[in-house]
Amino acid sequence: MNRILQKEWLTPQVARLRVEAPRIARRWKPGQFVILRPAPASERIPLTIVEGSPEEGTITLVVQIAGKTTAVTAHLEPGQSLADLVGPLGEPATVARFGSVLCVGGGVGVAEVLPIARGLRAAGNRVAVLCGARSAAQIILAAELREAVDEVAWATDDGSAGFSGTVAGLMRQWRGERPARLDAVFCIGPVPMMQAVAELTRLWAVPTFASLNPIMVDGTGMCGGCRVTVGGQVRFACVEGPEFDAHQVDFNELAARNRAYLELERRAFERHRCRLGLGC
Amino acid sequence: MPQAAVKRTPKAPRQEPRRLDAASRVSGCAEVELALDANQARLEALRCLDCKDPTCVEACPLHIDIRSFIRLIVEGDFEGALEKISERSPFPAICGRVCQHELYCEKACKLGKKLQPVAIGDLERFAAGFEGLRPAASAATPAGSSGQPWVALVGSGPASLLAAHDLARLGYRVRIFEALHDFGGVLRYGVPPFRLPRDILDAQIHRLRQMGVEFCSNFVVGKTCSLDELFREGHQAVFLATGAGVPHLMGIPGENLVGVYTANEFLTRLNLMEAYRFPDADTPVRAGQRAVIVGGGNAAMDAARWARRLGCETTILFRRGRSELRARLEEITRAEEEGVRFEFLAAPVRIIGDEAGLAAEVECIRMRLGEPDESGRPAPAPIEGSEFRIAADLVVEAIGQSPNQTLQRATPSIATQRGKIAVDEAGRTSVPRVFAGGDVARGGSTVILAMRDGRAAADAIHRALSQPVAEASA
Repeated sequence: MNRILQKEWLTPQVARLRVEAPRIARRWKPGQFVILRPAPASERIPLTIVEGSPEEGTITLVVQIAGKTTAVTAHLEPGQSLADLVGPLGEPATVARFGSVLCVGGGVGVAEVLPIARGLRAAGNRVAVLCGARSAAQIILAAELREAVDEVAWATDDGSAGFSGTVAGLMRQWRGERPARLDAVFCIGPVPMMQAVAELTRLWAVPTFASLNPIMVDGTGMCGGCRVTVGGQVRFACVEGPEFDAHQVDFNELAARNRAYLELERRAFERHRCRLGLGC
Repeated sequence: MPQAAVKRTPKAPRQEPRRLDAASRVSGCAEVELALDANQARLEALRCLDCKDPTCVEACPLHIDIRSFIRLIVEGDFEGALEKISERSPFPAICGRVCQHELYCEKACKLGKKLQPVAIGDLERFAAGFEGLRPAASAATPAGSSGQPWVALVGSGPASLLAAHDLARLGYRVRIFEALHDFGGVLRYGVPPFRLPRDILDAQIHRLRQMGVEFCSNFVVGKTCSLDELFREGHQAVFLATGAGVPHLMGIPGENLVGVYTANEFLTRLNLMEAYRFPDADTPVRAGQRAVIVGGGNAAMDAARWARRLGCETTILFRRGRSELRARLEEITRAEEEGVRFEFLAAPVRIIGDEAGLAAEVECIRMRLGEPDESGRPAPAPIEGSEFRIAADLVVEAIGQSPNQTLQRATPSIATQRGKIAVDEAGRTSVPRVFAGGDVARGGSTVILAMRDGRAAADAIHRALSQPVAEASA
C-alpha cells in the first residue's frame, strides 16, 4: 500500500514520485490534492495530484524540498512506502469550456498546473501556459507541457532561459503581443506570484482562479488551519478550495499565516540535516 | 458469604483518587488522575446504599448494572466487577476517565441527595484496571466467520467503537473506515494523553481487532469512495459516525492572525500529532508565553491545560459565570490546580496583532447575565464601555463544533437537519440500510451518548439484516 513505484529527480530540489494508490487514481480530478506522511512521526502535508492513471492504479506527485517533511518525502525510493496517504481531497478545479485560457505556474506550481492545463485542453479550450523558474536549471516538465497545450513560454529570474524577469512580467509581454480574447486565467505558485498575476488580470478584467497553498494539518475540514479570507468571508481551503477567485483572496493574510512556523521548521530541518551528516 | 452481611457505610467521606501534584503535571503529559487503590475502592463501594431500585442504572446511557458491580467490589471480586460492567459496556477504561458521571449515574445516586454521591466513575475506572488480566477477546461468539454480512462503520470514534463491539459480538464482519491516520476519533485527537493515555486507547482498538474488527485508516467516505460504493463493495449496512469535527470561529477581527487557533487545530497538533515532542515529532505548535482560551467546555479545559504544559500563563475567558461552565467538573478543578486563571463574564471583541502579524492582545468586554436563552442558561449581554485587554500571543477558540459536511455533500440522498444527519430513534437515516449516530446526528455532544447511539444502531442493523430478504428496507 502506498508504495513508491517510480522516482526521479527533476532538479536537485524537486522529485517526481509515482505512487501506488488505486482508489485515488480512480476518483481524482485536476485541482485535487492528497495529504501524506512519509514516515510514522511525520507531519501531514498536502501535495497536488499531478497525474493519475486509473488503469495502472497510480498517481504522480511532485515535491519540492522546503523543509524536513518534504525532504524525507523527496528522498523516498522505489519499493519504499508512504506511511500514510489520503485523497482525493479538496474540490476539483473549475475545468470548463471558457474559450481561450492562460495557465500560470511558478516554481513547483508548474507541475501542479499541468493537470489543470490538460483538463482545460480536453474541455475544448485554447490553452497557453506561462511558467516561472529561478533559472534554466529549475525548469521542470517542459516537454510534458509542450505536448499538453497550445503554447508554452518560460520566464527565469536570472534570464538564463526565456523571458528575463518574473512570470508576471512575461504575462504583460505575452498579452501585449496577443490582444486576442482571453477568457480565464488559472494560477498556481508562490503567494507573491499569484498576487501579482491577480493584480494584472484585475486590470484586464479577466476571471482568474488561484489554487491556494495554506498550511494544512488534517486536510478534511476539521481544524481550520487552512482558513483563508475570500471576499471578506473565512473559507477552509481544504474543503471549499484549494481553488478560489483570485480577485477575492486576501493574499497578504495568506502570506503571513504561511510564515507561522518558519523558525520552528528551520530548526527542525537543520537538526534533520545534521543527523544525516549533511552539515550542521 | 451472604450478600446482606456486609454493612454499608454511606456516611463515610467520599474517597478521592490520588493525583500527580500540580508541578509534576505541567512538566509533561503523564496521566494526572490515578485510580483508587484497592483499599479505597472497597471503602468507596461500601458507601453505596445498594438500593433496591437503583436509579443510577437507568441514568447510565449504557445501563451498566452499577449496583451489582459495586457489590462485587465490596466482596473483593474486582475481576468480577469488570465482567459485570462488561456485560453492558466494553470500554470502562475510557468511560471511567472521560464520562461526565456527574450528569448521569452520580446525579441520580440517591446518596447524593444528602451526602456526596458514590464515586461511581472512579469505581468504574478502578475495575477497568483489571482489564489486562482478562482473556483477550470478550467475544464469546466467533466474530467475523465467513458468510456473515459485512457492516461498514464510518468514523472510528466512540459511537463506531461501541457499534463495532456489539456487531462483532453478534458475529457480523465489521470494517471501520477512518479519515485520519490513527483511530479513536475525538478520543485520539481531542482528549489529551494526560486524561486518556494513548496506550489505554490503543488497547481498546486492539481488543476490537482481536474480535475480528477491521480498521482502515486514511479513508474519507465521500472522497476516497462514495457511500454507494460501500454497498457495491459488499457491505450490507452502513453506520455513519463521523462526529462533529468542524470548529466554530467567533468571526471577530484579528482571528486569522498567527498564533490564533481553533481548539481542534491546537488539540490535533498536540494530541494526534504529538507536537509537544517537537522536534522529536515533526509537527510543531506555536506555544507563546501568554495564552487566552475562549470557551467553557471540555475542549477549553483541555486546551488550557495543554497551554500550561507548554509553559504559558493561561487564562480561560468565558462569557457566562462559573456555574454555567459545561466542562466535566473534574477537568475544571484540575485546570485550576494547574494554574489556569478564569476570567468569567468576559468575551473577546477583537484580537490585536503586532507589526509582524502575530497575535499580541485580546480586547475583551465584560458581560452581565440576563434572561435565559434557548440553551436554558442566562443569556450574557455586553456591558458598554467595559472593554479591557489581556496580553496574549496564543489564542485558542474552543467555542463548539459542528458535523463535517463532506459525506452529506457527496450524498444528496441523505436527509440532514441544520447540518446534522437526520435520524429516527433507532438511528435510521433517510437512506435504506444507512444508520447514523453520535455527534454527526446530535451536534457536539458527549462520548457516552455517542456510545449509546452506537449500541442502538448495532441493534437496529442486526434487526434489519435479520429480516427475511423480502423486507429489504431498514
